[in-house]
Amino acid sequence: MTGNRKGGDTAHQLWEVFTQPGDGKPFEHAGSLHAADGELALQNARDVYARRSEAVAIWVVPSKAIVSSTPEDVGPFFDPANDKPYRHPQFYRVPQGFRM
Amino acid sequence: MSNRFFEYLLRLGDDRLVLGHRLSEWCGHGPILEEDIAMANIALDLIGQANLLLLKAASVENAGRDADALAYLRDAREYRNALIAELPRGDFAFTIARQFLFSAWALRQWEALASCRDADLAGIAARAVKESRYHVRHSAEWLVRLGDGTEESHARAQDALDELWRYTGELFLTDAIERELAHEGLAADPSAFRSAWQKDVDDVVARATLRLPAVEHWQQGGRTGLHTEHLGRMLAEMQVLPRTYPGARW
Repeated sequence: MTGNRKGGDTAHQLWEVFTQPGDGKPFEHAGSLHAADGELALQNARDVYARRSEAVAIWVVPSKAIVSSTPEDVGPFFDPANDKPYRHPQFYRVPQGFRM
Repeated sequence: MSNRFFEYLLRLGDDRLVLGHRLSEWCGHGPILEEDIAMANIALDLIGQANLLLLKAASVENAGRDADALAYLRDAREYRNALIAELPRGDFAFTIARQFLFSAWALRQWEALASCRDADLAGIAARAVKESRYHVRHSAEWLVRLGDGTEESHARAQDALDELWRYTGELFLTDAIERELAHEGLAADPSAFRSAWQKDVDDVVARATLRLPAVEHWQQGGRTGLHTEHLGRMLAEMQVLPRTYPGARW
């Protein structure tokens, strides 16, 4: 940041927040927030999304770093799977106790 | 012993109650939503610590007053907080600079009190250490960003330090009460952690490209009830409801 001392753009960028609800659990999207940089985004995420013991770990990611599918992708991306039942593991016995 | 310990618990509790109230004044006025929530969280931590300390003080005093009576029915002259806690909240830079100077001191104090000979106070300290560690991290990182930010944020952060620094000496004043209690293992002697605190402050101030001012006259008086004009007005607002409707509940 040194050398950055001037007026100008002080708008905060948008961050996506992912929280892990327990050890070994997958991170889940909790929401988004504004912050000037990663450390403050992490602190804001703690205050906004984890202040009631909801998480044991937090990721923050600049929203602009996320590459997303678009509504137009729905056809080519997801439809062809509908008529390919052989992609689902249903033609052999599943070990007892295993849940899909 | 009990009168001295009561007095010491009031000092600890009043620091947190008064600063917690000052911080709570930001609720709904924060520079951004996220920081509004962060400041309210820290304010609640401090008021929670004050509640435990004043509960303990009330039981040590054993004179029929509860924590609410101590918080809401004492006048400014009976408050024992350090002056730095009662100064008006100022701008965001002032609030952050004060929070950092206080929290860095409070963290060292709580760490020392975690091995206090009184089990209740040691327990409160063990919990408060974790909260204070976050308060230091949050306020330090903000102070660095304000100091090393824009021309305006740098100037405001420097103004805040110039104004606040003269109030930090009081945090390290001790009197016979604290020295005797420290000797008995019931209080934390601040002279034991002054140099560590100074180093914490120097490091962050340097990262923030700020400087500490020279001080000719250190401000003091809060520990004996000699406060600035600001505390009375703050208490008038803080205490208006319990004083207008004694015993009110919802």
